[in-house]
This record gives sequence, structure tokens and C-alpha cells, in this order.
Amino acid sequence: MYTFSNRLKTFSIALIIIGAIGVVYGFMTSHKSFEDVETMLAAEASHGGGHETETKAHVVAGDTEHADNSHDANAHDALADTEHHVDDHTKHVEHVQHQIANRPWSALYVAAFFFFMIALGVLAFYAIQFAAQAGWSPVLFRVMEGITAYVLPGALIVLAIAVASGTIGHYNLFVWMDPDVVAHDKLIQGKAGYLNLTWFIIRGLIFIAGWSLYRHFARKFSIAQDNADVNDNRNFKKSFRIAAAFLVFYIYTESIMSWDWIMSVDPHWFSTLFGWYVFASMFVSGITVIALVTIYLKSKGLLPFVNNSHLHDLAKFMFGISIFWTYLWFSQFMLIWYSNIPEEVTYFVTRFQDYQLPFLGMVVMNFVFPLLLLMNSDYKRIPWFIVMAGIVILCGHYIDIFNMIMPATVGDRWFIGIPEISAILLFAGLFIFVAFTALTKAPLLAKGNPFIKESEHFHY
Amino acid sequence: METSKVIHAIYTDDDVLMSAVKRVKAEKHHIEEIFTPFPVHGLDKAMGLAPTRLAITSFIYGCIGLTVAIVMMNFIMIEDWPQDIGGKPSFSYLENMPAFVPIMFELTVFFAAHLMVITFYLRSRMWPFKKAENPDPRTTDDHFLMEIAIHNNQLELENLLKETGAVEINIVEKEEAH
Repeated sequence: MYTFSNRLKTFSIALIIIGAIGVVYGFMTSHKSFEDVETMLAAEASHGGGHETETKAHVVAGDTEHADNSHDANAHDALADTEHHVDDHTKHVEHVQHQIANRPWSALYVAAFFFFMIALGVLAFYAIQFAAQAGWSPVLFRVMEGITAYVLPGALIVLAIAVASGTIGHYNLFVWMDPDVVAHDKLIQGKAGYLNLTWFIIRGLIFIAGWSLYRHFARKFSIAQDNADVNDNRNFKKSFRIAAAFLVFYIYTESIMSWDWIMSVDPHWFSTLFGWYVFASMFVSGITVIALVTIYLKSKGLLPFVNNSHLHDLAKFMFGISIFWTYLWFSQFMLIWYSNIPEEVTYFVTRFQDYQLPFLGMVVMNFVFPLLLLMNSDYKRIPWFIVMAGIVILCGHYIDIFNMIMPATVGDRWFIGIPEISAILLFAGLFIFVAFTALTKAPLLAKGNPFIKESEHFHY
Repeated sequence: METSKVIHAIYTDDDVLMSAVKRVKAEKHHIEEIFTPFPVHGLDKAMGLAPTRLAITSFIYGCIGLTVAIVMMNFIMIEDWPQDIGGKPSFSYLENMPAFVPIMFELTVFFAAHLMVITFYLRSRMWPFKKAENPDPRTTDDHFLMEIAIHNNQLELENLLKETGAVEINIVEKEEAH
């Protein structure tokens, strides 16, 4: 049995506390008065000279933002008004003020989703191992089961933040939650039958219930199989059946979840392969975390049955799914870029104008880096190489989620500062705490699995 | 043509073959060649063969394919007959680059895969109309054959191979290839 070392426990609790303080600080400093924002904008504009292009880009971005949000309905009315100059100025300042207020919400949401997505990705990977009756991976099952313990709390937190932003917050994440916006927006009105708070909550709870049920029973059967007779494989067979059923449920709900929890932050924009794109991101992040946790536990001498062939296979998955992610990222981009339809292409225009560094930087981190680092077969067996590539991949996929949420909520007012980093620390601490607590609940070797001998002798 | 004596030991199972190879290597005999009906994982390592350099050639071919695609698309779509791509008549390679990525990808894979296979054939000395080197047609079905050169140690080798589970041992006069 694994015991959660005091050092790691203290570390995770420290992360949670430091993160929580930072998150609170982020919320407290996000409410700027109208005058403050006005002065700030005036200061930005008066830089002049070299900053002129920057200001222009900002104005253009502001326009696309307005086109995205339904404030433009008001703005058009205002054009007829003789005082439209003053009105536009007020609107712009209020808009920026709102974006600044959105930042701590978005930072919290991005980090919460990122860590939840890791756990859900691992759950899907785990189910695939059972459905495929894989012989190489059973020695890693307990590590995966530990990580998937975070699915339930993680998903509930994500849903809670989303709902809170539309109830106690000021519609800081999803503009379609704002009745005032919907009243002026024909397109969102057309989608209101789907995009409304009640139905959003019900859908979310159905997804979470399905995932957690599978996780609960898979874990239960896995432990029951340990204690069963050697020739009694009933629990394994049950686990096989529910894994197949779960995978069907998962691929539908994961897709719908990605529309609900991410894509609907831009309620006018849609992409048909978005579900796959988010899937690739969560899958590669999940596999990377399996590899990192395995290497950590192995370095403590707790997984003597894991050899470097297992690491090699995990690294192959990290490499392969990174390329799969790039394939989807590019497919989504190229089709929209090629057709150049205004309502679709605004999505990428915003990202290229205001998010150039994170948007292109993540392609380097998620594609070029793992491609070059993990291409060589021998490097996939060296733990510190996997750790290095893994950390870059995880940072890259955090930025991926960041790029999905931030442009819609904070526009060009983004920065990776105290609110973002604190939120990462908070959920990283919680993730470590939940996952490693779950690891202590069962032996680290799923000894009853009928493939365990094959897995222990796995050698390539 | 010069001839030499070799011993052919035949096995019917890949696991038996693997342990036999380890045993023969432990006794410090040099294995000329092994013929198998399918690839046996780890056999190259057990035989002490140098690691394959096929992956390196494949990487180089992939790079050549990528370069060919980049240069080819630049010539076809930008220089020779400038194309208006996606309603964006910029005629700039960089701005139209996303449209060429699928071609770059395909040609990288095409070059890497095809040239690697051809390299593999040539490196294995397999070309059209080549007379098969395979000493026993059963190795294309369900038998494994290990070939060891005899240097005045026929009896010792025969005993060793029998112990390792060979189902058949033949002494063959072999024509030297060179």
C-alpha cells in the first residue's frame, strides 16, 4: 500500500492555500471604477509614436469583440444618435471594464477545466485499455485509477464556476447567460432552446453522473478482481463491458461538453470538429500525467514492476497524440482560413491579432517540441526526457485552453499573471491531493487482472 | 567456387529459437544468419546485431520530401502560374502557406515510406529476378532456421543445438557468395 508522504501532502496543501490567496486577490482587484478604466485607456492611447500600431490593432480587436458580443445592436442604434461619440466612448470604457472584471473568472475557469480535463482524459485512456484488453498496461491501472478520482470533484467545480459566473457573477464567462444580451441578439435567441441555464446545468449533471458512475464501478470491479479467485474473471468481464459502454457515452458527452463548457463562450461561432480537438488535448495531457505520476512513484521505488518498456509506450502515446492534436488544430484552422467566411474567421483573426504569442507558441510547445524530443526511440525510455517533454506538453495544453476561453471573455486584456498562476496552483494542489489520496486506498499493483503477468513481463 | 561447411538447425517455435540463440551466443559461436517466417521481436538484439540505421535514412528521406513539397508548391502555385488561393490573391508564399501544408505532409510521408522500403530491400539484397538465398522453403511457412559456420567443431555444435531443442540438424556445403 502506498502512503501519501507528508512532504507531498504539505506541498499540495501549500499550493491550495497560496493559490486560493492569489485567486481571492485577483477577484478583489478586478473591480475597476469607470474613471479608473478611462484614465488607464487614456494613458495607453497617449503613449503614441511606436505604440500607434498597437492601438490600431486594439481598436480592430475591439470591433470584432463587439461583433461577437451583441453590444453592437445598441451601438447601431447609437449611430443615429447625435451624441454617438460620447455614447461610443462610454460603451468602450464599460466594455473594457467588463473585460477586466472577467479576468479572474476566466483564469479560475481555465485552470479548473485544465485539471479536470486531465482526469477525464485518463479515464478515457483507462477505458480503452479495458475495451481493447490491452496486455501491456495493467501495471499502470492503479496510477490511472488514482488520477481519475479527480473526475468527479473536478467536473463539479468546472460546472459550479460556469453556473456561478451566470448567477452570482455578472455573466463573466458566457454572454448567452445574460438575458439583456439575448434580448438584443437574434442569433443567440435562435439557440436559446439549447443555450439556457437550466438545460446547461441538467446536461452538465448528466455528463458528470455518467463519467462518475463508470469510474466508480470500474474501480470497484478492479479491486474486487484483486480479491477474487485466480480463475474467477467475472469482475474483469464486467469491467470490459462497462468500459465499452462508457466509451460510447464518453465520445458523445465529451463532444457536447466541449460545446457547452468551452465553445459556447463564443455563442456565434462554431466548429464541427471542436469536440475532437478538445478530446486530443485532454487525451495527450492525461497520458502525460500518467507518465509523470508513474515516473514519480517509480523514483520512490514503489512501482518495481514498471519497466522502461512501459514508459516507452506511454511516451509513444505522448508523441503520437501530440501529432494528432496538431492535425486537428490545423484542420480546424485551415478550413476556416481557406473559406474566409467573416462569422467564422473572426475567431482566428482575434487570436492572430491579440493572442499571437500564446496561439503560435502553443503549436511550438505542443507539436515541434514533442516531435523533435520524442522522435528518437531511445529517448522515450529516459525518464528525465519524458519529464521534460511532459512539462512542456502540459504547459502547452494549458495555453491551448487559455486560447479557447480568454479571447471571448477578456479580449486583449489578457496576461498570465497572479490570477492565472494562482488558479493553476490552486487546482494543481487539489489535483495532487485528490489523486494521491486515492492512490493510498488500494495496492499499487492490480494483481488480480488476468493480463497482469503479461504486463509485468512486457518487454519490447 | 569455394565452398564451406555450415550447419542448419531447424526450430518450430519462436520462443525456443530465442532461447537457443541466447544459448549459442553464450557459448561464443557466431551465428551466420537466421531465417524466420515472421519478424521475431528482440531477435536482432539477442543475435548481437548492430542497431538498424533504417530509421535515420527514413528521417532523411522525410526531410527531402518536405523540401521537395515546399519548393514544388512555390514553383507551381507562386512562380510559374500565380494562383489566387481562397480568394486571397496575395501571391505570397508565406501568406498562402496553410494551403500547402497538406501537400508538405503527404510528400514527407510518401518519400519517407517509399524510399525507406526501397532502402530496406536493397540493404537486404533483394532486387527483381534475384535468386532466393533462402536455404529451406519451410522457413516461409512455419519453421525457423539457424545457420552457423563450422570450423572443425561439427560434433560440439550438433550436440549444443540438439540440447537447445532443434528438431532437425543438417550439414550443408555452401557456396561462398564472394
